[in-house]
Amino acid sequence: MPELALLTHVQHRNLMTVEEYRQTGGYEALRKVLLEMKPDQVIEEVKKSGLRGRGGAGFPTGMKWSFIPKNSEKPKYMVVNSDESEPGTCKDRVIIEKTPFLLLEGIAISSYAVGSSTCYLYIRGEYYDQAMILKQAIEDAYRHGFLGKNILGSGYNLDVYLHRGAGAYICGEETGLLESLEGKKGWPRLKPPFPAISGLYGCPTCVNNVETLAAVVSIIQNGGDWYAALGTPKNGGTRLFCVSGHVKKPGTYELPMGIPLRSIIYDYAGGMKDDRKLKAVIPGGSSVPILTADEIDVKMDFDSVAAIGSLLGSGGVVVINEDTCMVKALLRIARFYAHESCGQCTPCREGTTWLKKTLQRVYEGDARQAELDQVLSIAFNMMGTTICPLADAAAMPVRSYIQKFRHEFEYHVQHKCCDVKPAVRI
Amino acid sequence: MPTVTINQKSLTVPEGTTIIQAAEQLNIEIPRYCYHPGLSIAGSCRMCLVEIEKMPKLQPACNTRVTDGMVVTTQSPKVKEAVSGVLEFLLINHPLDCPVCDQAGECYLQEYYMKFGLHDSRMNENKIKRHKAEVIGPHVILDTERCVLCSRCVRFVREVSRSHEIGIFNRGGQSEIRLLPDQVLDNNYSGNVVDICPVGALTDRDFRFQCRVWYLSKADSVCNGCSRGCNITVEANRQRAHHGEGRRVMRLKPRFNKEVNRWWICDIGRYGYKFIDDPSRLIQPLEKQGDELEPLDWSTAAERAVGRIREAKQRGGAGSIVIVASPQLTNEDLFVTRKFFGVDLGIDQIDFRIPDKNTLSDDDFLLRADRNPNTRGAEAILLDGGGFDLQRIIESASTQSFGLLYLCEQDLVKKLGSEPARRFLGQFDYVIYQGSNENETSGLANLVLPAATYAEVNGTFTNFEGRVQRIHAGIEPLGDSLPAWRVICKLAQTAGFDYGYESAAEVFVELAQTVTEFEGLSYEKIGSEGMKLPETQPVPA
Ligand SMILES: Cc1cc2nc3c(=O)[nH]c(=O)nc-3n(C[C@H](O)[C@H](O)[C@H](O)COP(=O)(O)O)c2cc1C
Ligand code: SF4
Ligand code: SF4
Ligand code: SF4
Ligand code: FES
Repeated sequence: MPELALLTHVQHRNLMTVEEYRQTGGYEALRKVLLEMKPDQVIEEVKKSGLRGRGGAGFPTGMKWSFIPKNSEKPKYMVVNSDESEPGTCKDRVIIEKTPFLLLEGIAISSYAVGSSTCYLYIRGEYYDQAMILKQAIEDAYRHGFLGKNILGSGYNLDVYLHRGAGAYICGEETGLLESLEGKKGWPRLKPPFPAISGLYGCPTCVNNVETLAAVVSIIQNGGDWYAALGTPKNGGTRLFCVSGHVKKPGTYELPMGIPLRSIIYDYAGGMKDDRKLKAVIPGGSSVPILTADEIDVKMDFDSVAAIGSLLGSGGVVVINEDTCMVKALLRIARFYAHESCGQCTPCREGTTWLKKTLQRVYEGDARQAELDQVLSIAFNMMGTTICPLADAAAMPVRSYIQKFRHEFEYHVQHKCCDVKPAVRI
Repeated sequence: MPTVTINQKSLTVPEGTTIIQAAEQLNIEIPRYCYHPGLSIAGSCRMCLVEIEKMPKLQPACNTRVTDGMVVTTQSPKVKEAVSGVLEFLLINHPLDCPVCDQAGECYLQEYYMKFGLHDSRMNENKIKRHKAEVIGPHVILDTERCVLCSRCVRFVREVSRSHEIGIFNRGGQSEIRLLPDQVLDNNYSGNVVDICPVGALTDRDFRFQCRVWYLSKADSVCNGCSRGCNITVEANRQRAHHGEGRRVMRLKPRFNKEVNRWWICDIGRYGYKFIDDPSRLIQPLEKQGDELEPLDWSTAAERAVGRIREAKQRGGAGSIVIVASPQLTNEDLFVTRKFFGVDLGIDQIDFRIPDKNTLSDDDFLLRADRNPNTRGAEAILLDGGGFDLQRIIESASTQSFGLLYLCEQDLVKKLGSEPARRFLGQFDYVIYQGSNENETSGLANLVLPAATYAEVNGTFTNFEGRVQRIHAGIEPLGDSLPAWRVICKLAQTAGFDYGYESAAEVFVELAQTVTEFEGLSYEKIGSEGMKLPETQPVPA
């Protein structure tokens, strides 16, 4: 068993009250921070740890915090992104369900570090049970003086407000989230300005993922160097990998950054279900380019996965066996993005719908061969030209699926059926 | 101040200038749908993408501020590909209604397709069907199939009219402009959304199917609807008399003036032009014969008018004559009025102020309670002697009788009410009405002299802030009507005073030499943006 940083004490039980949490050393990190450390020292420690954002983009967390202006006349906000909508991703919920106070302690430490006394916790609407857990945990923390005024006698105040989303993927994008929090339609904002300067209600705002903030606790407990050493260079710590698809033991695994993908699938997730052959793996949620069975020796850290043309993304590992029609898989994803595009940018609004329709015809065998290249060119025109990365997220899989599994797409067009065995009649 | 280079041309601009603004100054066209200088930046259409040295991704020119040493190109293959890609995206579901779309000829899908697109269609899907030709307010029709979702209209109702009637509903490819529940696009600025819509999605019910835009001639003018003096363009159909039921003026459009109205005009002003080609226009002089008004030619009419004026003066002196001018007249008209009646005929009783029983009010934006374009000018030109107060005569309802009333462009019946107007007119032995349109008051006159409307004349108006602004004739005076100053010149000539003015410009030269407040002004100085009278106090609302 490798060393853990998040689920250390919750392998066999959950810690659902402040008391239970404290019995395992909970809130010692916060005590240390509030009574012994200056905000800058916390930021330094996090920088040292090599922690990178677990929401998907992998931005260095310590650096993000240092962008929040030190002297601001406006209030500063900490916003927790618990929208967890990326298909294939189910890690934030594990933290919330098993150890909600780890998140709340992480929030308190991080809010202190960026100088915020108000935190909004935005949780996806579908996570009703999880929202109720958090609601209770927040109340419990207030009761025990770990939230509210003068926490641990330090003079530091922090209020946490829970906000439930209403079911839009795009509200996971940090500025779409801020709009939604403000009660508006979840349309991502133009950047600049970035949230660090002008975020929630026009005030400096730090947006972090649940897993990112939870990781901060162990960094303070054990030191940045300790955390960094768990992973690979520039990719500190552990990561929650959410393994789904055709494996024997799907689930969320906390594993060190840089662990080979092969090891995740075969050593932890139990290998392929029914011993079918591995065909492909989505390494980081539905938005990232797909990998073939030949590419699973990649080390699962941000830089190594990027080096082979994909992304570590949200940690959603989707394992796909030989019986899966890649045309249908891509169509499913294309439908998702067409449904979830917020619709403000022309390339995304029009492109996602166009892709969906054309892929539908490709799947049904009602398209011309040349349209495969057209699909690639539509996807190309969507990339790098929009307000938020959703258009790229929709386009990247299209390009990689067709490039890596072109024969399946051609087969559909030519034969009006699948070439996966047993052949599926359409 | 940063210096930017765009397509090899350099320019130094103030801090905070965006690339699209800098490019405009360099006369480099960057295509745009969502950007409008009068609205917040949406940055969503992605038509304005440009390439910036040392930046891997293309950037939107509308939301990217210039930094010192920035090198921008709008012409690289990468930019061209991206822009034509965006255009293609916009056109895939576009209905291509051009033959039946009013916007054709001033549509930015057409224009940019010719300049930046010219791709072949490769859309094999069925186009999305949406709501077409929906009436969304008293003036505006919405065709959501033609909409490019630039959100200009939505930002307008949020930020400018603050009336919030429309929004974008649904998301992704289902996105659509819709009225908010229980709302109608009914505010005094609704027509502006038609102007800012870059395509034919929002069209003007008033202009719909009336005329192809390429048949329109355009003249710079100033709205006569209130004392704001919004700058406008009078757009007239000169070639196709059979279009638009023979109407000449087809529409008014706002003309940008930073100091006055920026990009906007109100609906009262925009749709207030119908009187210009209305059947009620007075197109020849008329004289009362019994109960009927009979036509006269101009020289007979002028002789009749002058004869009556002389007679009244001989009988009762200058004090038996009252001249009521109008704040609807230009400065030039008013100056000639004062010169003839006041200076040359020695009549002191000149005024233009008629109390209005219809109380009007300002809105909180452009529209002013004073619904006249030239009250400030009339004050400067007619009242600098002071003294005579018409209002007292009207309100005292005295039985004093007068010889002659010369009344310009004021419908007393409407302003005072029928009884008081008739009582007032009844105090005069003879009434001459000079105006552009027939009304109840003109019907009560003994002699009617037809005047041109503001759209048919050159001249100037002075707005409530004392800004003198030029108007240009967009069409000829209808029938035998004449610009008011020419009517007066005709009377003057008949009376033996030959002013010799060839144009309104010549009148203005003399006006500027004579009326203190206008000292030093000239048409050149006024230019297209207007010029403030030195040290003037605004007219209270
Ligand atoms: C379309 C889209 C959806 C996203 N959804 C999520 C999400 O559900 N949860 C999340 O934490 N980050 C999501 N992100 C990333 C956030 O924008 C942001 O980068 C993240 O919350 C920052 O936190 P971190 O630095 O801790 O990762 C999404 C981004 C995009 C473009
Ligand atoms: S890229 Fe798509 S989801 Fe993102 S802002 Fe633009 S339209 Fe909305
Ligand atoms: S109706 Fe016109 S202005 Fe409004 S969003 Fe559509 S294209 Fe833009
Ligand atoms: S505000 Fe006054 S001047 Fe401007 S358009 Fe309206 S009526 Fe005309
Ligand atoms: S004009 Fe810049 S994005 Fe629309």
